[in-house]
Amino acid sequence: MADIPPRIPPRIPPRIPVRRTYKLYVGGAFPRSESGRSYPVTSSAGVHLANAALASRKDVRDAVVAAREAFPGWSGRTAYNRGQILYRIAEMMEGRRAQFADEVAAAEGVSAGRAQAIVSAAVDRWVHYAGWADKFGQVLGGANPVSGPYFNLSQPEPTGVVGVFAPPGSPLLGLVSVLAPVITCGNTAVLVASERAPLPAVTLAEALATSDLPAGVANILTGRLAELAPPLAGHADVNALDLTGAGALAAELEALAATTLKRVLRPGQDDWADPDPGLSRIRPFVETKTVWHPIGR
Amino acid sequence: MPDTIPGSLRSYLHGLPGVDEVGVRRRAADLATRSIKTTAKRAALDLAIRMVDLTTLEGADTPGKVRALAAKARRPDPADPTAPPVAALCVYPDMIGVAAQALAGSGVGLASVATGFPAGRTPLEVKLADTRAAVAAGATEIDMVIDRGAFLAGDYGKVFDEITAVKAACGDAHLKVILETGELVTYDNVRRASWLALHAGADFIKTSTGKVTPAATLPVTLVMLEAVRDYRAATGRQAGVKAAGGIRTAKDAIRYLVLVKEIAGDDWLDSAWFRLGASTLLNDLLMQRTKLGTGHYGGPDYYTID
Amino acid sequence: MEIFEYAPAPESRSIVSIRPSYDLFIDGEFVEAKSDERIVTVNPADEEPLAEVAAAGEADVERAFAAARRAFERVWSPLPGAERGKYLFRIARIIQERARELAVLESLDNGKPIKETRDVDLPLVAAHFFYHAGWADKLAHAGLGPARPLGVAAQVIPWNFPLMMLAWKVAPALATGNTVVLKPAETTPLTALAFAEICQEADLPPGVVNIVTGAGDTGRAVVAHPDADKVAFTGSTEVGKQIARAVAGTGQRLTLELGGKGANIVYEDAAIDQAVEGIVSGIFFNQGHVCCAGSRLLVQESIAEELLARLRARIERLRLGDPLDKNTDIGAINSAAQLARIRELAAAGEAEGATGWSPPCPLPERGYWFPPTVFTGVTQAHRIAREEIFGPVLSVLTFRTPEEAVAKANNTPYGLSAGVWTEKGSLMLWTASRLRAGVVWSNTFNVFDPASPFGGYKESGYGREGGLLGLEAYLNG
Repeated sequence: MADIPPRIPPRIPPRIPVRRTYKLYVGGAFPRSESGRSYPVTSSAGVHLANAALASRKDVRDAVVAAREAFPGWSGRTAYNRGQILYRIAEMMEGRRAQFADEVAAAEGVSAGRAQAIVSAAVDRWVHYAGWADKFGQVLGGANPVSGPYFNLSQPEPTGVVGVFAPPGSPLLGLVSVLAPVITCGNTAVLVASERAPLPAVTLAEALATSDLPAGVANILTGRLAELAPPLAGHADVNALDLTGAGALAAELEALAATTLKRVLRPGQDDWADPDPGLSRIRPFVETKTVWHPIGR
Repeated sequence: MPDTIPGSLRSYLHGLPGVDEVGVRRRAADLATRSIKTTAKRAALDLAIRMVDLTTLEGADTPGKVRALAAKARRPDPADPTAPPVAALCVYPDMIGVAAQALAGSGVGLASVATGFPAGRTPLEVKLADTRAAVAAGATEIDMVIDRGAFLAGDYGKVFDEITAVKAACGDAHLKVILETGELVTYDNVRRASWLALHAGADFIKTSTGKVTPAATLPVTLVMLEAVRDYRAATGRQAGVKAAGGIRTAKDAIRYLVLVKEIAGDDWLDSAWFRLGASTLLNDLLMQRTKLGTGHYGGPDYYTID
Repeated sequence: MEIFEYAPAPESRSIVSIRPSYDLFIDGEFVEAKSDERIVTVNPADEEPLAEVAAAGEADVERAFAAARRAFERVWSPLPGAERGKYLFRIARIIQERARELAVLESLDNGKPIKETRDVDLPLVAAHFFYHAGWADKLAHAGLGPARPLGVAAQVIPWNFPLMMLAWKVAPALATGNTVVLKPAETTPLTALAFAEICQEADLPPGVVNIVTGAGDTGRAVVAHPDADKVAFTGSTEVGKQIARAVAGTGQRLTLELGGKGANIVYEDAAIDQAVEGIVSGIFFNQGHVCCAGSRLLVQESIAEELLARLRARIERLRLGDPLDKNTDIGAINSAAQLARIRELAAAGEAEGATGWSPPCPLPERGYWFPPTVFTGVTQAHRIAREEIFGPVLSVLTFRTPEEAVAKANNTPYGLSAGVWTEKGSLMLWTASRLRAGVVWSNTFNVFDPASPFGGYKESGYGREGGLLGLEAYLNG
């Protein structure tokens, strides 16, 4: 046996990991809050995880502008193309499983196996809605047999810019479950992530940014619900609100929405584990347009 | 004299605004709900009688029948001398002589169909000879048919040239151009044929021969009335419209008058500018007229059958 | 020679008998109101009083909701759908049988021409009940899952199509198993009360339909009632917003059918004569008292002059006057208040620099009248281009490109209706797909059908009435 050199302690320290900065996602970019603020995010066990951007009213405004700008392009895509992009989001999420699972486990305090299952369900939700993109119109619309020489067709169209309050208790699966249906049918979204557990939302934003989803279709804000919700609910250029995660603010926000008659999805009994949400979250965010045309020679 | 149409006839006619079938039917149906009562009805019935081209166009027509109709044209209601005479008597060319004699001095016009009526499938020389013969025999009005085959094939020049040639052959006689709208099928075609005939010099455009179903309808007549209205606005020349075939009741006739009034305007509410080509219609007009005067409904036994 | 002018052709009033005074219809009976307040409804064509009706107070509204709740729980929701449907079929038939009477009554109370009540309103009212009757036993096939009725619906309707709006509200509510408390408009309560009689004639179980007459206070009491499971309102956007605010946090379901400022886009290749008809029908149908009126004409510059010349000539033929005359095209404005509003906005149009035109058109001395009016030289900034006038006043704007037409059409907080006139199919579909409006009429205007969903985008409200989608508003999916 050859001599083995004596083991000596390394002189260079082990590699320092590069930490992520958790930023907002607005108009396809990842800005910090214009306010320059951030807030500490802890795990369900109270361990500090990271600082998240603390968005402001002005960030809400910027996000609405980005969502409005993106609306004509996104709603003008073919349904098939939107479906392809949604499927691409599922692919991108799948590729970041480990990261999502870690964040879910930390945020929800669940086992690694349970976290994996939640990530799987979230990925599958995108796949589910990817398939809806070119079908909901057929289910919700159709020809109406009017009593006259007219062709009469009803078709659902996206409502426009939708303000979404993601459920606080389900920071990944709940988040995907409210965001996906809104953009599936051609709306653009300004989403306020779970205040307590925003990190999966930021990671999702990073997946969205690499999945061919046009800039501004989904805009994700992190911060205080009480600060962000009223300006979003009162913004005249927002067409609808999903109040699922609005908690105690829901009634106040619904009243604010009345100022410009926004469509409102009220908080309800949601089972995020249900693999078939169907059209229940698409219906509230589409408008039915009915077109008449004479039939003659 | 035909007008000058800028550019090609085809691009001109196809440049006319389209006609939406459902819309034109809706408008006609709406106007058909006009309620014409009391004094308005009296005026309408007399006006309608004055506008009648009392027509017999049967292979079995006899001189006797034509003479009977001529008498009726002059004095439609033997029991009521206040009933006005009709506008004209309309016959086949071989009956012109008989009719002219029977109508002499009455002021009632004498219309003859010509140009190979009703199909129009004869050579141009024959059509012109037919026309000249009718005029020579005493016809004051010529009801010609267009070559629908040429029109539908898009040979607008041929149709245009035939009309101008027949118009020249008419001399002083008035020319009514029958579009035979039942064969043109679409309202776009009716509009194009109307403008084509007007530019070619038609004094009247007429819906139908009465030999094809459908004959006159309210929507078709509406489109033709729009054409003469717009043609006058564009050129300054006023032309008339004749609705012919299928108009059997006074109620129908009054609906046509409403159409004339509301689409073309009051300027057309005169037998010089609107005609109803009919045979049995006259008796119903007379019957309604009597009912309005006496308050009692009449019966067919009290009016002459022809 | 006598000139052929239309003689008066009045529809007989004798077919209707109007009582001098009406009570509330609650629990299947006409009952005296606890409130002492009364309202007089007048004939807007001559300002003569037609009848006096109760103005229901809170106690009356309370009683109506109690009756509706009782009927919902004990009778109506347990009733098999097929049997519910038979009641609606029965109602539809009685409406057809009494159509002329109801048409005359509507014309008297509302001021709209008999031609429209007879040929448009009443046929649609009957059709609406007929259509929904057939749904009652087929709700499982509506694609809404195992659907359950909501309960008691509070419904407030406007004065522009009194009986038709009642039908649009009551028929779907009843077909889906709900009961209703309905408040007709203050100025047009009479056909709703006649409908109450029809409910009796049909032996509809007491409490299924309750009708409380009154003005704004009654309406507020109805929509704010805590026992309403559903609020359905048709009327102004302003009131709609108040209701939406009041309903916030209550969990009550809400549908709103509100105002509009519909654009009627005429491209240069349009079938011009039918476009003129569509423009006329779009703004002068029902005196322009139509939420989906085509009150903004957007005409392509290249044909603007010709189109307007034709439009003026056509408008000159409109016959304004006695609503009961069968040849009347334009009737009376519904109320003094509405007339004042129309006058104010028309004056604003002149003051802001637009040019108004009306045909020579003598107005009757008594009653509320406004001549058909066309404003040219209108810009997007003018009040008459932005605010709903709800009268026979058309604002004309021009455009050059399809993009400009669509941008102008959508440049409003409203989004109820729009029109497109072109003979080019692809341009029609291009335009229709970009218009932010719930109903797009292409090469036609102001046609309605119970099978066709109706309702708006944006501030024109939410929810749809009619068709399969209309059922959704009255069911828990």
